Amino acid sequence: MTDPIAGYRPFPGVRDEMMEGGEVRPLWRGFARHLAGLSPDERAQRFARGDQYLRDAGVFFRQYDGAGSDERDWPLSHVPVLVDEGEWDALAAGLAQRADLLEAVMADLYGPARLVTEGHIPASLIAQSPEWLRPMVGVPPRGGHHLHLLAFDVGRGADGGWWVLGDRTQAPSGAGFALENRVATARTFSDFYAEAHVHRLAGFFRSFRGALEGNAAILTPGPLTDTYYEHAYIARYLGLMLLQGEDLAVSGGRLMVRTVSGLKPITTLWRRMDGAWADPLELEAGSRLGTPGMVEALRKGSFTMVNALGSGVLETRALMAFLPRIAKALGQDLILPNVRTWWFGEGRPAEQMVISPALSTRQPFDDPPVTGGDPMMLAGQEPVRLSTTPAFIDGALVPRPMSLRVFLVRTPDGWRTMPGGFARIGRTADTAAIAMQKGGAAADVWVMSAGRVAADTMMPLGAPYVRTMPPVLPTRAADNLFWLGRYVERAEGTMRLLRAWNVRLAEMGDRRAPLLAAMDPLLAGLAPEQGIPGGLIAPSLRAAGQLRDRLSPDGWSALTDLDRTMRSLSQKVAPGDDAARALSTLLRKLTGFSGLVQENMYRFTGWRFLELGRFHERAAGMASVLAVLADPSAPEGALDLAIEVGDSVMAHRARTPVTRRESVIDLLALDGANPRAVMFQLDGIREQVALLPEAERMDPLRRAVLRAHTRLATEVPEALDSAALWDLRDRIWSLSDLLAEGYLR
Amino acid sequence: MLYQVRLSITYDYDSPAMAGRHLLRLLPAHIPGVQTVRQSALAISPRPSERAEFTDFFGNAATAIALAADHSRIVFTGTAVVERLAMGPGIDTSPPLEALAAELAALRDLGPDSPLHFIADSPRIAAVEAITAYAAQQAGSVRAVVEGLGHALHRDMSFDARATTVDTLPAESFAARRGVCQDFAQIMIAGLRGIGIPAGYVSGFLRTLPPAGQARLEGADAMHAWVRAWCGAAEGWVEFDPTNDCFAAQDHIAVAHGRDYGDVAPVAGVLRISGRQRTVQAVDVIAL
Repeated sequence: MTDPIAGYRPFPGVRDEMMEGGEVRPLWRGFARHLAGLSPDERAQRFARGDQYLRDAGVFFRQYDGAGSDERDWPLSHVPVLVDEGEWDALAAGLAQRADLLEAVMADLYGPARLVTEGHIPASLIAQSPEWLRPMVGVPPRGGHHLHLLAFDVGRGADGGWWVLGDRTQAPSGAGFALENRVATARTFSDFYAEAHVHRLAGFFRSFRGALEGNAAILTPGPLTDTYYEHAYIARYLGLMLLQGEDLAVSGGRLMVRTVSGLKPITTLWRRMDGAWADPLELEAGSRLGTPGMVEALRKGSFTMVNALGSGVLETRALMAFLPRIAKALGQDLILPNVRTWWFGEGRPAEQMVISPALSTRQPFDDPPVTGGDPMMLAGQEPVRLSTTPAFIDGALVPRPMSLRVFLVRTPDGWRTMPGGFARIGRTADTAAIAMQKGGAAADVWVMSAGRVAADTMMPLGAPYVRTMPPVLPTRAADNLFWLGRYVERAEGTMRLLRAWNVRLAEMGDRRAPLLAAMDPLLAGLAPEQGIPGGLIAPSLRAAGQLRDRLSPDGWSALTDLDRTMRSLSQKVAPGDDAARALSTLLRKLTGFSGLVQENMYRFTGWRFLELGRFHERAAGMASVLAVLADPSAPEGALDLAIEVGDSVMAHRARTPVTRRESVIDLLALDGANPRAVMFQLDGIREQVALLPEAERMDPLRRAVLRAHTRLATEVPEALDSAALWDLRDRIWSLSDLLAEGYLR
Repeated sequence: MLYQVRLSITYDYDSPAMAGRHLLRLLPAHIPGVQTVRQSALAISPRPSERAEFTDFFGNAATAIALAADHSRIVFTGTAVVERLAMGPGIDTSPPLEALAAELAALRDLGPDSPLHFIADSPRIAAVEAITAYAAQQAGSVRAVVEGLGHALHRDMSFDARATTVDTLPAESFAARRGVCQDFAQIMIAGLRGIGIPAGYVSGFLRTLPPAGQARLEGADAMHAWVRAWCGAAEGWVEFDPTNDCFAAQDHIAVAHGRDYGDVAPVAGVLRISGRQRTVQAVDVIAL
């Protein structure tokens, strides 16, 4: 079957987004023609291009199962969902009305609670909800609004009308994924997309960024969260700091970020964690994700929280039973209906229903089925059926049910809707909304304009260009960068030692040869006779994982690729020649990563900490290598081994034909022109430390750096014996402690 | 009855503590009709770098403080003059237990004293089947059930300061039938909620020396805890002390009330220290 459109068969009695009465809808004709015109090979190539983009960009989501969690590829359904601009505007108007309604309910529940005293919302529903955060009652939000960014899950019924399936008010996720879906889908259908009148997304994000006033940051629970990738991505895209609870502190009633330049105030915090975890002092006491004093800073009105703490209560399932009535009581009928909902506390209706916990805030229909229990704790919902949209499954275009997630942001001119979003595409043909809980794929949403749409980017059009400096560097990011530098360098040093060990083993064939035994102190904790250890990159990867908003996607893929290769090789190679060759490959990959970072990283404070980490580790590593292998008691061949481990074979040969202790010490310890020498590292440390914030103060760190530097600079090879080298290594280690003391706590 | 209250809590650390924030609920609250605070003051040493007073959701007087790093001892010293007005319960006007659910369902109140906050599980007190079954043996009016459960616990539990810690769950202390005032109160709250009676936790002080001819109350030498239960709209809240098997009246002075210990903890907040810590508490409640 070459024409997928010709073979497409919507389900009888179910609305299909693309087809109506056996015909492709006018809105879809251009796209359908384009799709039909692609050969299966071409189509496969294009889909692969979209997937490749997502893989290269490192898009993933974390999935939890009983056994633990795993990073999974983002499941893109390549065919976008097309929606007419006029229909979209009507949907947006309905959602903006709903957003205003939710703001009014929120302001009431954390204020006078008139909706409760007047009987529009059952008091027990609110009082028993774990999302109604009592410490926030009576705390008016700075700026007057509780809600700033909302998402709604909507579906379409048989008559073409939209239904709200769920309100996402707590910390809606997916805006970043919507953006990535767009890039991947636009690449898949690049030639068509360029000419099609599809509304661009950048304007929405520009409004959103504009609405986050002052010094704004994103608060994430960290890399173990299912949507951490998105947090890092959107932080990069919008140019926001990505912070965890421990990055923040409350001082003098203000929320501050800990940076290498001291505490700096935060004016807007976009939280991506549930409100209850935000403050262990006044909210969830067991929270390790939060910041003590956060609620107090809010009480003092010192910053804006997007959205206000406690907004999760609006997601309470049973509340949907009351929202239409509340709207009426406030003088309006809802433009958009929500899925019919009943709270069993008011009696159990006879209708056919999907029953779920009344207080649940999960995504629509995501609850495990419930049948009975305390009626006050149960809600029922109409078992709605969703419209279908085309998706390729096993090479064939077939109808699959879909729901949309639509995002709204508050701007000074009112709510603005993202013209697009993402569509959840059902895994099976079952169009009952509840079937969506089995998971599935995500597709881009194209809002189609009748006329041309303007190209758009994040930069305001026509505004004069102003160069801005990168924002302050949070302490934890600096710490992770420093350690990433150290771990990567340590891995490289260990790999060089292991390679040298394996080359010698291949030459001598005896594990007990004195030269191999001489290396033992340098390989402490490793068992080189068992091959290549698989976990050498793990610490680097852990540190890099905390820095996803700061590392380029290329750098991240290079590191994950290295880790994968290392783990697979460690299973296969035998000690000796085999391992030495494998280690050469791994070293090339590792220097590839270092090169990427070195070539691409903006030369600012963050980079300095990475460099400092690298210098420290290399200096300490080289001092140890020399202390062991250049010791007069070391066996024959140890000096050559040191030169090889120090990657300075050519440089040494160019200087002298004879290997002597002095020549080795001079080249690897004292020669400031050799990038492997200890002196070179100390030069680097001195230079970088002088450029750190508040460098003018002569603190213990700067004094110690100067002392170590001067001491080595005035040394002669003859005097630098093993004891002096061990002392040198200890001095370098203590520099690391002083750096941490001064900048990283 | 007019009392002078003196409280001091001292924390000693083996190694200096790191900087931290704390929330204190140490001084008696003003409760209309129950007690009047004439005078109250809280001194903290070392002097906090920040200090803010506020009233929390449940109407308790709270103090938020920040302490700088490197102190190895903190001393909280509170003094207050309080007039206790509560006289203990009069005629029982509470409905039969079966009628309470309908009264609760009719409530449209989210204010701090609304019984609706005290029905569901709270972070430290969740329903325990064994405790619910134990409480279900009581019958009669709601107040009679409250009193009956308090009597039963006093009869069946042993006061044992070494059996439990501040974090022991009601299920454990109930299984062992041992504990201190906190355990008695938590078990009673779990039991009352289990059978549909809204119940909360009260922290406070007891008069140190009893009136002539009466025995000294258990728990008078430190902060004490008891229970408040909602007995219907007519009767309202009553306070019962299961450790001493009595209604809280003239000899009890309330500091804070909430759903459980988490809402009223005298000193909340993580103390970041590496070594061990010791706490000494001294309470003096003198009738004036």
